[in-house]
Amino acid sequence: MNLLYAVAFIILAPLVGGLIAGVDRKLTARMQGRMGPPVLQPFYDVGKLLEKEHVVVALSQNYFVLAYLIFIAFSGALFFSGGDLLLVVFALTLAHVLLVLGAYAATSPYSFIGAERELIQLMAYEPMVILAAAGFYIATGSFYVTDIAAFPRPLIVLLPGIFIGLFYVLTMKLRKSPFDIATSHHAHQEIVKGVTTEFSGSTLGMVEVAHWYETVFLLGLFWLFFAWSPAIALIAVAILYLAEIFIDNATARVKWGFALRSIWAVTLVLSALNLVALQYFGGL
Amino acid sequence: MDILLFLLLAPLIAAVLLYVLPNHPVRDWLVRLAAVAIAGASLYLLATAFNKGTQLVVFPTEPAGLVMTGLAVLIALFILAMGVKYRKPVAIALALVQTALLLWFEFVYAPGMHAEHNLFVDEFSIVMALIIGVIGSAICVYAVPYMRTFQAQHAEVPDRRRMFFFVLFVFLSAMFGIVFSNNLSWLFFFWEVTTLCSFVLIGYTKTTEAIDNSFLALQMNLLGGVGFAAALLWLGMTQGTIELDKLVGAGAAVALVPATLISFAGLTKSAQLPFSSWLLGAMVAPTPVSALLHSSTMVKAGVYAIVKFAPVLSGTLPGLFVGLVGGVTFLAASAIAVTQSNAKRVLAYSTVANLGLVVACAGIGTYEAVWAAILLIIFHAVAKSLLFLGVGTVEHQVHSRDIEDMAGLVTRMPRVGVMMLIGMAGMYLAPMGMLISKWATLRAFIHAPGGILFLLLIAFGSAVTVFFWAKWMGLIIARPNRAENIESRVPREELIVLGLLALLVVGVSLLFPWISRLLLEPYVFGLYGKIAELGQDNVIIMLLMMGTILLLPLSLLYFRTGRHKLKPYMGGRPTSSDMHFAGSLGIEREMGLHNYYLEDWFGEKRTFRAGVAVTALLIVLMFAGLVNAGGFA
Amino acid sequence: MAYMKRSPWIIHYDGSSCNGCDIEVLACLTPLYDVERFGIINTGNPKHADIFVVTGSVNEQNREVIRNIYEQMPQPKVVVALGICACSGGVFRECYNVEGGMDKVIPVDVYVPGCPVRPEQIIDGVVKALGVLEEKRARMKSGAPAEATV
Repeated sequence: MNLLYAVAFIILAPLVGGLIAGVDRKLTARMQGRMGPPVLQPFYDVGKLLEKEHVVVALSQNYFVLAYLIFIAFSGALFFSGGDLLLVVFALTLAHVLLVLGAYAATSPYSFIGAERELIQLMAYEPMVILAAAGFYIATGSFYVTDIAAFPRPLIVLLPGIFIGLFYVLTMKLRKSPFDIATSHHAHQEIVKGVTTEFSGSTLGMVEVAHWYETVFLLGLFWLFFAWSPAIALIAVAILYLAEIFIDNATARVKWGFALRSIWAVTLVLSALNLVALQYFGGL
Repeated sequence: MDILLFLLLAPLIAAVLLYVLPNHPVRDWLVRLAAVAIAGASLYLLATAFNKGTQLVVFPTEPAGLVMTGLAVLIALFILAMGVKYRKPVAIALALVQTALLLWFEFVYAPGMHAEHNLFVDEFSIVMALIIGVIGSAICVYAVPYMRTFQAQHAEVPDRRRMFFFVLFVFLSAMFGIVFSNNLSWLFFFWEVTTLCSFVLIGYTKTTEAIDNSFLALQMNLLGGVGFAAALLWLGMTQGTIELDKLVGAGAAVALVPATLISFAGLTKSAQLPFSSWLLGAMVAPTPVSALLHSSTMVKAGVYAIVKFAPVLSGTLPGLFVGLVGGVTFLAASAIAVTQSNAKRVLAYSTVANLGLVVACAGIGTYEAVWAAILLIIFHAVAKSLLFLGVGTVEHQVHSRDIEDMAGLVTRMPRVGVMMLIGMAGMYLAPMGMLISKWATLRAFIHAPGGILFLLLIAFGSAVTVFFWAKWMGLIIARPNRAENIESRVPREELIVLGLLALLVVGVSLLFPWISRLLLEPYVFGLYGKIAELGQDNVIIMLLMMGTILLLPLSLLYFRTGRHKLKPYMGGRPTSSDMHFAGSLGIEREMGLHNYYLEDWFGEKRTFRAGVAVTALLIVLMFAGLVNAGGFA
Repeated sequence: MAYMKRSPWIIHYDGSSCNGCDIEVLACLTPLYDVERFGIINTGNPKHADIFVVTGSVNEQNREVIRNIYEQMPQPKVVVALGICACSGGVFRECYNVEGGMDKVIPVDVYVPGCPVRPEQIIDGVVKALGVLEEKRARMKSGAPAEATV
C-alpha cells in the first residue's frame, strides 16, 4: 500500500490516458491514410465539453456519472497503490454498474439499449477478470498488486492462457471494434451513442476522463504479466495497445450475442486450462 | 440459560394467544409486542453470550422428549390426514416412511442413548438467533398491515389470519429450537415443525395452485426428513452420540455418514437443485411468508445444518459433492433469474443461488469457507428480507409483481424505491455485504481441493448475478412516462419496517468487521484453531468506499440547480411530456422500454433441467463417496 | 480557454435533400479532406453536437424533426445550412410541400450555397461557424444568453 502512488495515479492517469487516446486517434487516422487530429485533441474535446451548457434528461444521471468517475479513479488508485486485486475488480464492477444506472436514469430508447448492452459486456468480461485475479493469486500466492508486481519470475510464462483471455477481453474494455457494442468511439452507431447518448457537456467529459483512467489501469494490469522487467513490460504494453488499434481498424462490430458467446468460450477454455495446469504443475 | 427457554417459549405463548384472539387491533398490538419482546430477547442473548464461546446447557430430556415424540406423531397424523384429503399418495408414503424410521429410532435406540446436553448456544447460533429474532419479528410486524391489505384486495380468499399468525409464531419458536438444539432428535423435531409451518402457510389461499405447491414443498422436505431420520437411525445402530457438539468433534471417521445424510436433508430444506422447484412454488404464499420462511430463516436452517457439519465434510468426497451441488445451483439459479420478470421468482431464484454459495462453502468446509458461509447467511438474510417486503408493498400498490411494472419506482414511490435499491445493492455491489462475503468465498475456493471448478462456477455465476440485479435497478430508477407519486397509500408500518431493514443492510455492511471479530472469528477459531479475516487495510478501503457511497447523494444538491432539462433523444421525433409520439402513418404511440431477459440463452426449462440432471448425479456421487469415506484429501 | 473552436462536433441531418450535398459531407470525412484534422467529428447525436449541419429544404414532414434536433443540442450551438436548398429552398422553393430554407424553422448562422456544395466550401463554412460558436461561447460566459435574440 502506497498512498503516494495512488495520488500520482489520480493526477497523472488522465494526462497519460488522454495522450494515449490522442496517439490512438492519430494512428487510427494514419492507418486509414488520413492526417488525423492533433495528438492533444482528446484534451481539447474534454475542454470543450466543460464549456458547454449543462443539459440533462433526469437530474440523477449526473450523480451516477460522477460516482462512476470517482469509482473508476478509485479502483485505479487502489491498483497502483498495490492494493488487493479482487477489491479492485469489485470496485470496477461497481463503477460500471453506476454508469449503466446513469444511462437507465436518462431513459431514452438509445441509452436504455446501450445500458442493456453495457450490462451484457459486464457479464461477458467479468468472469475473465475474476479468474485473472485468481490466476495471479495461484501463481504468486497473493492478491496484492505489490506482491504480484514484485514476483521475481515472468508471470506471462505461468499465465499464458489468462493473458490471452484477458487480451481478448481488453478489446471490449477499451470500447474497440469488434466488441464496441454498448457505445463507441466511432462516428455513427446503430444505437446512436448507446450508453452515453443522453450525457452531454461536462457529464460526457467525465465519462471521457473515466475512460482515460480505465485505459491506464488496464495497461497496468497487463504490465503485471511482464513486471519482472520494466523495459520489456513497457514494450509489451505498447505492442498490446498497437495491436488493439489495429484490431479496431481491421474489424467490424459484431452482434452482442457473438461477443458474449465468444468471450465466455475463450474465458472458460483458456483460464480453466491455465489454472488447472498451474495448480497441478507449479504455483502455490 | 433462561434466555434460551424464553426464546423457545415466548413465541409459542404469543402464538396461542394470537390464535385465541379475533381480528382486532388488540391482536395487532400483541403481534408488535411479541415481536419487540423476541427481538429484545435475541439482542439480550447477544449481549450476554457473545464472549462466552460454546455453552452447553443441561436440560432434562424426559418430559420434553416425550412431548416432542407425541407431537411428532400428531404432525405425522395431520400430514397423513391432509394427504388423504387431497389425495397425495407421495406425501402419504414419505410421511409413513419417515414416521416409521423415527418411531423405530425412538423406541429401539433412543432409550439407550443419553444426551447430556440438549441445548447449546455458540456464536453461530447467536447469529442465527439474531436473524430469527430481529429480522423474523420485523417481518411479523410487517405482516400485520400486509395481511390486512391482502384480505381487502383478495375478497375471495377466506380470512384465516388467526391461523396465519399462530403458525408464524410457532415457526419462530421452531427456528429458535433448530439453532439451539444440541440433541439431534430435538433438532429433527423442530426441523419437522418448520416443514409443517411452511406447508400450512404456502397453502394459505387454498387455491388449487396453492395446495399443489404446498404439497410439493411438503414432499421435498419430507424426503429430506427421511434422510435426517435415517441419520438418527444410523447413529442409533452404531451406538454413536446424538449430541451435535460431540458428533462434530468426532471427525469424519465417525460422523461422515450422519453428516452426509443430514446434508442431504439440508439440501432439500434450502431448496438446492434438484429440489429447488418447491421454493419457486412456495412463492404463491403471501409475501411475508416468502420473506420469513423462504428467504431469511427457514431455508437457512438447511444451510445451517450443513455449515454445522462443515468440519466433518471438509476434505471428504461427500463434502466435495455437497459443495459442487451448491456451486452448480448457484450458477444455474443465477442464470435462470435473468430470464424471470416476476419479481418474486427473481428473488426466489436469487435466494436459491445464494444458498448454493453457502452450501458450496460448507461443503468445502475449510476455516475460511465457514467464515465466508456465515457472512453470506447474515448479509443474505438482511438484504433479501428487505427486497421481499419491498416487492410485497409495491405489489399491493401497483397490483403487479412484474418487474416491468416497477419502471420509475423511484419517482412513483420514492422511499420504497430507494430502499429496494439499497437492498439490491446489498445483494451484489461492492462495498455492500454480499460482495464482502463473495470476496471471502473466492479466497476460500482458491485454497480448496478442486477449487478451480468452484472458481469457474462462482466467476460465471456472479457475472450473471450482476446482470439481473443491475437491469432491475435500472428499471426502478428509469423515468416513468407518467410520474404520479402514490407512496402516500403505503401503510406507515410497512414503511417503518422497510426503513428498519434498509438501515440494517447498510448497518451490517458498515459493522461487519466487528460482527466478524465478535462472533465469526471466535466461532471459526473454536472449530479450526485458525482465524479467517480480511486484512486491516482492506477493511479500511471497504469502509472508505461505503462512506463515499453514502456521501455521494449529496452531489445531487449541486446537480439540482442550473440544469437545462431536455426530453430524451427519440431520433429527432418530437414527443409529448408523457412520451407519446407520432409513429409511422401518423399513428400515435407511446414509448415503452423493456429489459432483456435472454430467454434463448438461459431459458428456465432448459437450464433447470440441465441443473437437475447434474446435481442429481452429484447427489448420487455424494452417497457413493460415503463408500470411500475419508479417502479424499 | 477557447476549446470550443478546437473540437467542433457535428450532427448532420438530411432535411429533404437529393443526397447530393450529403455525399459531399461524407466526402469531407475521407482521407482527401479529412476534417478530423480540425477535431471535427460527425457524432450523429444532437446531445453531443455543437454544429448542426443541415441539408435540403423544410417541408411538412421534417419541420418538427429539424426543430427537435436543434432543441436537443446544448448551448452554444450553431447551424450551418449546406446547399442552396437549405439556404433558400433552391429549385424546390415553389413546390406545394416546401416551406423554404432552414431559416424558416431554426436560426441559421452560416449559409453555404451550392448545388451540391463542394467539400472545400463545406469546410470553409464550418470554419466560419467556429467563429460564431466562439462568439456565442464568450457571450454565454459573460452571462448573456448564447443566442442573440431577434
